[in-house]
Amino acid sequence: MRFVRSVTTCADLSVHRFHWMTQVQEVPQSGRLSPAMQLRIHELMVKSRAAEERCIQMSKAGDGWFWIGAPGEEALGVPLGLQVKKGEGLDHDFLHLHYRSSPIAIAMGLEPIDIIRQMGAKATDPFSRGRNFVNHYAVRRWNIVPMAPTIETQFSIAVGTGIAQRRHGGTGITIVNGGDGGTHEGDFATCLLWSIRPGQELPILMITANNSFAISTPACTQHGVSIAQRVKGYGIPTLSIDGNDVHQSWKAIAEGMAYVREKRKPFFIEAKVSRLHGHSSSSGANRVNEEDPITRFEQSLIKGDVATRAELDIVWSRYREEMADAYEQVKREPYPDPSDVERYMYAEPKENYYNPKPRNGFAE
Amino acid sequence: MATMAQAIRMALAYGEQHLGVTDIFGEDVGPPLGGVFTCTQGLRTAWNSPLDERGIVGAALGLALAGQKPVAEIQFSDYIFNAIDLMKLAANSTWSSGGEFTVPLVLMTTVGSGVHGSIYHSHSFDAFATHLPGWKVVIPSNPLDAYGLMIASLKDGNPVMYLEPKCLLRTKGLERIPGEPADERELRDRIDAPLGDRSQWKPRWPALLEYEVPLGKAKLCREGTSATVVSYGRTLPLCVEAADQLAAEGMRFDVLDLRSLMPYDWAAISASIRKTGRVLFVNEDTEVTNFGEHLLRRTIDEFFYELAVRPRLLAGRNVPGIGMAPTLEDASVPQSANILAAMREIAIEPA
Ligand SMILES: Cc1ncc(C[n+]2csc(CCOP(=O)(O)OP(=O)(O)O)c2C)c(N)n1
Ligand SMILES: [Mg+2]
Repeated sequence: MRFVRSVTTCADLSVHRFHWMTQVQEVPQSGRLSPAMQLRIHELMVKSRAAEERCIQMSKAGDGWFWIGAPGEEALGVPLGLQVKKGEGLDHDFLHLHYRSSPIAIAMGLEPIDIIRQMGAKATDPFSRGRNFVNHYAVRRWNIVPMAPTIETQFSIAVGTGIAQRRHGGTGITIVNGGDGGTHEGDFATCLLWSIRPGQELPILMITANNSFAISTPACTQHGVSIAQRVKGYGIPTLSIDGNDVHQSWKAIAEGMAYVREKRKPFFIEAKVSRLHGHSSSSGANRVNEEDPITRFEQSLIKGDVATRAELDIVWSRYREEMADAYEQVKREPYPDPSDVERYMYAEPKENYYNPKPRNGFAE
Repeated sequence: MATMAQAIRMALAYGEQHLGVTDIFGEDVGPPLGGVFTCTQGLRTAWNSPLDERGIVGAALGLALAGQKPVAEIQFSDYIFNAIDLMKLAANSTWSSGGEFTVPLVLMTTVGSGVHGSIYHSHSFDAFATHLPGWKVVIPSNPLDAYGLMIASLKDGNPVMYLEPKCLLRTKGLERIPGEPADERELRDRIDAPLGDRSQWKPRWPALLEYEVPLGKAKLCREGTSATVVSYGRTLPLCVEAADQLAAEGMRFDVLDLRSLMPYDWAAISASIRKTGRVLFVNEDTEVTNFGEHLLRRTIDEFFYELAVRPRLLAGRNVPGIGMAPTLEDASVPQSANILAAMREIAIEPA
C-alpha cells in the first residue's frame, strides 16, 4: 500500500490557517533555556532521529517490516520526556503514548538499541519480545503502559491511571498523547468527559501532535474547528503551540505539567508538528519537504553562539555510528523461539487453558 | 437463602473487606440504585460512571495497570460491543508486553434471555467472550457458585469476565453461602437497600467467609450413564430439571455445569464422555460460531472413535435478536421442552 500525498493541504485553506495562527500567538514568548540544556536537548533530538533513520533503513532493507515513528516530533517529544517525573508507581507520571513517541522515551533514558530490537522483532526486544510493531513500548519501571496500534484507545485507558492518581494525591500525573486524526475517536471525548466530572477531576495532561494528516487524509478536510477549540468547550485550559519550536514546547509543557500537578485537573496542548517521512513504511517512508525541527533548532543554536556547525555535526556522526553498531549487533540476535507464542498469555504460567498441540506448526 | 444478586453483592463486599477491591463502577452501579439488578447495593467503593462503555472498560484497564483492583460493570452485554477494542487491549496487554504488565480486573455484565428483554436485553455473550484470548470467562448458575466464582475472579490477577445470567439473578439458592444468616429476612434487612430515601442507609454485612470456586472447574450436578449434558448459565437448571424428569423413564444423565468457559474443565467433560459415549452441549447463544461448537469440534477430534452416537449441540436460533413476543422468544432460545426432548433423544438413540 503506497500513498501519494494529497494535493489538498491545510496551507490551501486560509480559514484553517488563520485559526491556527491566532492560537499560536496566545503563547507567551518570554524565558529561554540555558545553553547547557539546549545542547542536551539537541543531543537527544539527534539521538532519537538517528534511531528512527536506522529503523527506516531496516524496513527498506528487509531487516524489519513495518516502520512507523517520530521524525518531525523531536522538538515536542524531547522537552516532554525531560520534564516527566520518571519512575514506577502512583507518585510518578504515567505515560500513555502513541507510536510517534521515541523522542519522549529517549529523553527519558530509553536505549535506542531497544527500539532497533523491536524494529527487528527480535527476542531481545524488551517491550514486547518480538510481538509488536516498532515504537510500541511497555516499561514498567517508568510507568510507560503497554502501547497499542489502536488509535486513541490510550485516551480511554489514561482515565484509569488518572483516577488512581487523583485518589493517591501527590504530584504524579497521567500524560497521554496522540495524533490529530485520533481526536475524532470516541476515546478522545471519553478522556475529556471523564476528567471533568464535578468533584472528580483527573490530573491528566493531554497532548495532540497535529501533523495535519491522518495517513493521507488532510486534517483541514475533517476538522471543522481546531482541536483546541473543541477542548475549550469542556472547560479545560488549552495551549496551542508550534511544536517544532523547542522553546515553545518546553514552556507549554512546563506550564501544563505545573497546572496538572498542582491543581489535579486536566490540561490540553495542541502542538503543530512535522511528519518528515510520511505516515509509515506503507507510504514509502521517504523524506518529504516539511520543516525539520532539528534544523530549525540548530540554526538557533548557531545564531545564539551556543554551538558551531562543526560541533553539531559531531553529535550527528556519533549517534549515526552508534546506531550502525547497534544495528550490527541486533542483526545477530535471534527471533523469539516459536514456543514463546503462548508465553505471557496470563499473569501466571498456565496449564489449564485451551491451546491445541501444534500440528505442522499450526493449531488444528 | 440468598438470591444470586445478593450473593454477588456479598462476594464484592468480601472483596472490598479482604481482597483489596478499590473500585466497583459502571452505569448506575453506585448509590442510590446499586445496579439495575441490585448487585452492587451498599458497597463502599461503588460509584456511578458516565454512560460510556468504552470509558468504563478503559478506566478499568488503566486502574489495573496502576496497581488498583477494579470491578467494572457493563449494564447489559447487549451494549458491550463498542467496548470490544478496550476488551482486546485488556486481554493482550500482558502478552504484548512480554509479561511486563499484568491486568487484574473483573468485568461484570448481564447476559441471556428469560426476562422478556426483547432485542437489546437478551443477548448472550459467551461466543464473543471466549473469542478474546487473554480473558478468563465465568458464568454462574446458582448463588453459591456466584459467590465463589466472584471471589476466585477477584483473586486471579488476570482480566476475568463475569457473565451474570440475568434471569437467574433473582433466584434463590439451595445451598447457604458461608457466613450467610440462616434467616432470609435477616439477610434482606442487613443488605437490601430500602425503598424510598436511601441516603442514610448503610448495609450491615454478615461476617462473610472466603469461599472459592476455582476457575476452570466444572460441577457435576447429576450423575448417570445414559448421556452427558454440558451446560451453563440459564439453561443449566433446565438441564438438571429435565434430568430429574427423565429419571422417571429410567434414564440417568451426567449433567455438568461448566461454570468457567475459559479456562474450561476439559478433564471433567472428557471423563464423562468416556463413560457415556454420548454428549449434548446446551447453551442459548446463537448457534453459528457458538462456544458449544468448539466443544463439539474438540469432542470429535479427541473422542470420535469412542462415541456411541453423534455428539450434538442445542443452542439458540441464528437470528439477529430475540423478539418481544413470548412466542418469538421461546422459538429463539432453548426452553425446558426442547432440552428435555434433546436429552431423551440422545439417551435412547441406538448406538
Ligand atoms: C482504531 C484505529 N483505526 C484505524 C487505524 C489505522 N491507522 C493507523 S494510523 C492512522 C492515522 C492516525 O492519524 P493521527 O491520529 O493524525 O496520527 P498520526 O499518524 O498522523 O501521527 C490510522 C487511520 C488504527 N491503527 N486504529
Ligand atoms: Mg496526524
